Amino acid sequence: MNKNFYSVAKKDTKLNEQQLLDELLKKYKDGTLKPSDRYAIPPQPMPQQDSVKRRSNVNEVALGYTETQARLEALRCLQCKNAPCVAGCPVRIKIKDFIAPIVEGDFQKALDIIRENSLLPAVCGRVCPQEVQCQLPCTVGKKFKDVDKAVSIGRLERFVADWGKKQHEHTIPTVAAQTGKKVAVIGSGPGGIVVATDVRRAGHDVTVFEAFHKSGGVMVYGIPEFRLPKAIVQEEIDQLKAMGVNIICNFVVGRTKTIKQIMEEDGFDAAYIGVGAGLPMFMNIEGEHLVGVYSANEYLTRANLMRAYDFGKGADTPIAMSKKVAVIGGGNVAMDSARTAVRLGAEKVYLVYRRSEKEMPARVEEVHHAKEEGIEFHLLRNPKRILGNSEGVVTAIECLKYELGEPDASGRRRPVPIQGSEFTIDVDTVVVAIGNGANPLIGQTTPGLELNKWGNIIVDENCKTALDGVYAGGDIVLGAATVILAMGQGRTAAAAINEYLKTK
Amino acid sequence: MADIAVPLVASAAKPGQFVIVCLKGTYSERIPLTIAGSDAEKGSIRLIWQAVGKSTAELGHLKVGDEVENILGPLGKPTHIEKFGTVVCVGGGIGNAPLLPIAAAMKKAGNKVISILGARTKELLILEDEFKAFSDEIIIVTDDGSYGKKALVTEPLKEICQRPDKPNLTVAIGPAIMMKFCCATTKPFDVPTVVSLNTIMIDGTGMCGGCRVEVGGQTKFVCVDGPEFDGHKVNFDLMMKRMQAYKKQEAQALEEYKKHRCKIGL
Ligand SMILES: Cc1cc2nc3c(=O)[nH]c(=O)nc-3n(C[C@H](O)[C@H](O)[C@H](O)COP(=O)(O)OP(=O)(O)OC[C@H]3O[C@@H](n4cnc5c(N)ncnc54)[C@H](O)[C@@H]3O)c2cc1C
Ligand code: SF4
Ligand code: FES
Repeated sequence: MNKNFYSVAKKDTKLNEQQLLDELLKKYKDGTLKPSDRYAIPPQPMPQQDSVKRRSNVNEVALGYTETQARLEALRCLQCKNAPCVAGCPVRIKIKDFIAPIVEGDFQKALDIIRENSLLPAVCGRVCPQEVQCQLPCTVGKKFKDVDKAVSIGRLERFVADWGKKQHEHTIPTVAAQTGKKVAVIGSGPGGIVVATDVRRAGHDVTVFEAFHKSGGVMVYGIPEFRLPKAIVQEEIDQLKAMGVNIICNFVVGRTKTIKQIMEEDGFDAAYIGVGAGLPMFMNIEGEHLVGVYSANEYLTRANLMRAYDFGKGADTPIAMSKKVAVIGGGNVAMDSARTAVRLGAEKVYLVYRRSEKEMPARVEEVHHAKEEGIEFHLLRNPKRILGNSEGVVTAIECLKYELGEPDASGRRRPVPIQGSEFTIDVDTVVVAIGNGANPLIGQTTPGLELNKWGNIIVDENCKTALDGVYAGGDIVLGAATVILAMGQGRTAAAAINEYLKTK
Repeated sequence: MADIAVPLVASAAKPGQFVIVCLKGTYSERIPLTIAGSDAEKGSIRLIWQAVGKSTAELGHLKVGDEVENILGPLGKPTHIEKFGTVVCVGGGIGNAPLLPIAAAMKKAGNKVISILGARTKELLILEDEFKAFSDEIIIVTDDGSYGKKALVTEPLKEICQRPDKPNLTVAIGPAIMMKFCCATTKPFDVPTVVSLNTIMIDGTGMCGGCRVEVGGQTKFVCVDGPEFDGHKVNFDLMMKRMQAYKKQEAQALEEYKKHRCKIGL
């Protein structure tokens, strides 16, 4: 296709989009817009960076809807009376209520409605697994028997949040008069950010303790720039600071000071533990200690937080100069690792997953993007051992083929190895992305805290732990979960903390 | 060597623990260093290191009054200190630094402390006087015989193990290869041997697994499960291979750094 033709075609779509929107809006205002008109609107695709170009940069892949696209997509929403989408949202955002003003172009109103329930819409719009949450029960998707055709609630949420940022909408939440009470927030992930905001709003003095030298939790050291730009997270942190929240980095609770010391010696009245999952699991197979085998956490931290891709150009943390990389796993962490490997210059990236694509816990969009970027999927395969040379460096993985058997405890069909089906793939790097367990540090150093058998903290419905004044939420309670669930628990815990402090 | 003011770390630091130093900026390397001493009153900790890569070389070029970006710690489990009886403290090269507070604490707990300090050559031997101050017995060895006895630390260690009142514990800190051979030396005599491992580290909180080692056939994280382990169970060969992982890239960065410093005439 010649270049000129292409740009003309693009212009045409833009024109067509605008025409379509005008026609629909006219009907909308006349009150003659019928559900069949809404069904006829094509689902708006997400504009994205070219799949070849983006292999060699770390810029965001999904570019966000245009205003016209957002309004068209919003018009696809039927404004169902029972709004099944809301029940699918872990924090119960009033979805149809925020979509309606988008149609009318009142984005401020849409943002205000989202903000009632969610504090981090720019983040959630980008990373929530909408296809298994709000978009799963959406009536439009049901009508087409295809969840991909549901209203793109997440993209609309992102559009509204980004619009707000463009307006330099820095409305710093109002803070009530000082109460003189002190609250410690341990960990600066999404849960911690929400607790700090809500508790500070009530007028309490808040200090966030973070082990890393940067705040933001997994949103800065795990999820890569090309999916969630660091600047977005930084704005949230800046907002906390503007509200008067203290943030102390390089402070490992349990080592620098224990929770008991913080509460008894430093006079904190309550604490929220939001330290995340953060204990990488390994497969416990032969060869896992070889040079070139990383946990996804290490690989992504080196690449993201420490910017290993700039090694020698202002960043000092090295990472393997890999040519052939195998990533083990099928979740978001695995997709992020594989796509990071591509950007670090690997020529071949394999994704090895022991179930089939249907069972992959990753967001569908990330799976699509990974394939577009040339990552080769080896499904129903799992490593048996990792092979190395005499210097202890990885040279290959030996895998077994699997087939799906009976459903297991998770309801997914259990993968069963096929005897004698071994084969090898030559690689120089292996990234293990099979999940995270609970980091034992807080449990070990906080007597009285109750943990379950996996080391996760046990809390009641208000996110209160077995210790008075100590609350917990996010991955350390739920096991490796999601940003939105951590946020939701943060909200619950903050409300309970504010309530508790009234009695103190 | 440097004394660095970090009151929070200093007041919590116990023998055997370490810190992670970030020199400057957000993207500089995080360097794990074992604490060689701490003074809670002054609020400072003492760090001693050897310039092996770009970052440690840069650290060495700091002047009094300079600031480092940040220091995280104290990390790792403190050394288990109690009255064992006779404790042999073996230090090699820069390992003498982290060994010092441990040996001193062992003495304070009522142990008889025999110190064996080794170095490649006389100039590289550090902290001899400090160890002398409390050791019941002190043995110095150098590889080239320029000072003390010309031997490896394992030689006097073996002799001590052969004594009728064999030691109750050995603490060995130094290069991996030295610790490996210390363990091989004490094993036949059944003298429990604690080693302090200094692996590659990133976060130091158990999050990345980059510091993992094999101990007794199980995967352990040096930053949270250690840094000290039962030396007889550590798979040193595996650990040494892992520590070589970035050698090429680090050597390259160090070269660049040296060239750069020459150019600007430092
Ligand atoms: C690579 C990757 C991709 C992901 N992709 C998605 C996605 O697309 N969508 C989605 O919804 N979720 C995703 N997740 C999961 C999501 O990021 C987490 O569920 C969420 O961040 C958990 O939030 P949290 O509040 O529990 O804290 P976390 O974000 O886990 O942060 C915890 C913070 O506490 C700090 N900390 C830990 N121990 C201590 C201590 N002792 N003292 C002080 N501070 C401490 C840590 O350094 C960290 O900064 C992904 C996770 C990873 C790793
Ligand atoms: S279910 Fe779908 S169509 Fe119905 S209100 Fe929600 S988003 Fe709109
Ligand atoms: S340094 Fe990351 S787990 Fe130990």
